[in-house]
Amino acid sequence: MSVTTSGTLGRAPVADPAPASRRPAGRRRRAGSFAGENRRLKWLMLSPALGFVGLLIVFPLVFTLNLSLTDAFGAVNAGSQHVGLLNFGDALTDTRRFWPAVGRTVGFTVGAVVLETVLGLALAVLLRRPFRGMRVVRTVLMVPLLATPVAVGILWLLILDPTNGIANHLLGYLGVPPQEFLGSVRQSLPVLMLIDVWQWTPMMTLLFLAGLSTLPEEPEEAARVDGAGVWQRFWFVILPMLAPTLITALVLRAVDALKTFDILYATKGPGGGSDFEVETLNVYAYGLTFDYQEYGLAAAVLVLFTIFIVGVVALLRRGSGKESA
Amino acid sequence: MSATAPATYRASSSPRPQALRTDRRLTAWSWVRAALIVVVCLVLALPVVWMIAAAFKTNVQVTDPSVGLFFTPTLENFGNVLADGEIVRSLGNSALVGVVSTVLSALVAVPAAWAVGRFRMRRTGSLVLVARIVPAVSLLVPWYYIFAQLGLVGSYTVLVLSHMFVSVPLILWIMIGFFEGLPIELEEAARTDGLSAFGAFRHIALPLAAPGTATACVLAFIFSWNNFMFALILADETTKTMPVALYNFISYASTDWGGLMAASTLMIVPVLLAAVFGQKFLVAGLTAGATKG
Repeated sequence: MSVTTSGTLGRAPVADPAPASRRPAGRRRRAGSFAGENRRLKWLMLSPALGFVGLLIVFPLVFTLNLSLTDAFGAVNAGSQHVGLLNFGDALTDTRRFWPAVGRTVGFTVGAVVLETVLGLALAVLLRRPFRGMRVVRTVLMVPLLATPVAVGILWLLILDPTNGIANHLLGYLGVPPQEFLGSVRQSLPVLMLIDVWQWTPMMTLLFLAGLSTLPEEPEEAARVDGAGVWQRFWFVILPMLAPTLITALVLRAVDALKTFDILYATKGPGGGSDFEVETLNVYAYGLTFDYQEYGLAAAVLVLFTIFIVGVVALLRRGSGKESA
Repeated sequence: MSATAPATYRASSSPRPQALRTDRRLTAWSWVRAALIVVVCLVLALPVVWMIAAAFKTNVQVTDPSVGLFFTPTLENFGNVLADGEIVRSLGNSALVGVVSTVLSALVAVPAAWAVGRFRMRRTGSLVLVARIVPAVSLLVPWYYIFAQLGLVGSYTVLVLSHMFVSVPLILWIMIGFFEGLPIELEEAARTDGLSAFGAFRHIALPLAAPGTATACVLAFIFSWNNFMFALILADETTKTMPVALYNFISYASTDWGGLMAASTLMIVPVLLAAVFGQKFLVAGLTAGATKG
């Protein structure tokens, strides 16, 4: 589909009839004469992407919205009936699976994002000034965040294995008794949160380093001349200037953390473990759909989840607006 | 070196001893800084090194934590894994789906990014963010529902289309910023010299954007290569990608740690190579758009 559309794209300028004829702007030679042709080309260039977004994103979203109002269940070609907001009522009164999943999603995200922001910022300040070996360090930073999440899950399963893992072996030297880690109901979610911190702190650092490199030197220099110490310069000069980058990084990371799936599913399996101990909203919705074929209820959970994510993004953006104003 | 480290300057009545003290503090700080940087690198790299090392151990050595990083390596695990047709096929599937979805995504997204960047269509461009916000499962449900009724679940077409959901917005996002950074004057000059608008894109903007496109495509490939969720549902036994094969490996071979580590190593080697050789470009691509506020 996309190939043929871009094929028409190639032919478009040739079959272009009478450019800019009915536009008064055509009189202004320099800037205006291309306007008509530009406008047509603009939409031609955009149409494959817009078609893609419409067909594979907007339409499915509307489909999900519609599905959430039905009792679709079981086989995909079994008929379904509209049941109004029944699914939403079911989800919002479900204190066994839905609300605990909300709690885990929020806990996981807040814990991971706060740690990643603080550590990422500290690391960015540490790496900010050039030094020999910066290239190597940047490469090392890329490894956790580009590594396949399922493989990352597997490597931590090996390290954290309760009986044969190196983690308990090393803890033994410190006199700490062996831990269950991912084998325990209580420790699983915090451990996975720390793995997320290991994997995504480098991303925050790279974003902050990019932001720091665009900042002017003068304000910090001026503060130094005025006698501001390291902490004062960081808190009152660098951090406020870095705020836009900080907020963008926070929004992007929070959105991805809320949707974490691969590593939870790879290490704990369907349902987030025997006691649903790492079942976040994403894992829950996934299980409802593909393990239980509860399409209607799953769609309702997904609609609520999406609204929740949009709310978080709006909230963070609003907070940033106040800060920079 | 010492001038690069942040120092604590304080107003002082006697400049000379102060300068001495500052110097000493600077050297001390650069040592602390160097030590901290080394610790951070070890924390980030050692788990991956441990996994790769484990791939070269016998199964007895893997489960004995006192066998550290110094042992006689064996290729037995890789031999076993590569003799397993399923793993090889899955690696091939991952490469195929990654390449095709990346190429198609670039064909769709690069012209669109040019239009958004050139004609300042920021609002249209911000639609990209919608694709980042929406949980993939909420698309997977209708896709599965529709494709299952069409009998398409398990086909490469469906896998490629689903992976494009990630790569089209990613390439758009990176390339919009890239085209905005190109000076418009070059294209205008070409237009004045008689090139059509499309010609200006094809012969001026596109060649100039080649490094950005390459970066975006490498990242798109990596994200497709890493993707787990779509293939978990939309692939069948013959079309499943490597992350799904790895996931199945966990459940049926939890005792074959060596094989599991060898398979995981095969999975992340291409990504490691990209990180080592394309470090500078990939960092630029990953952080694109974040500093504009």
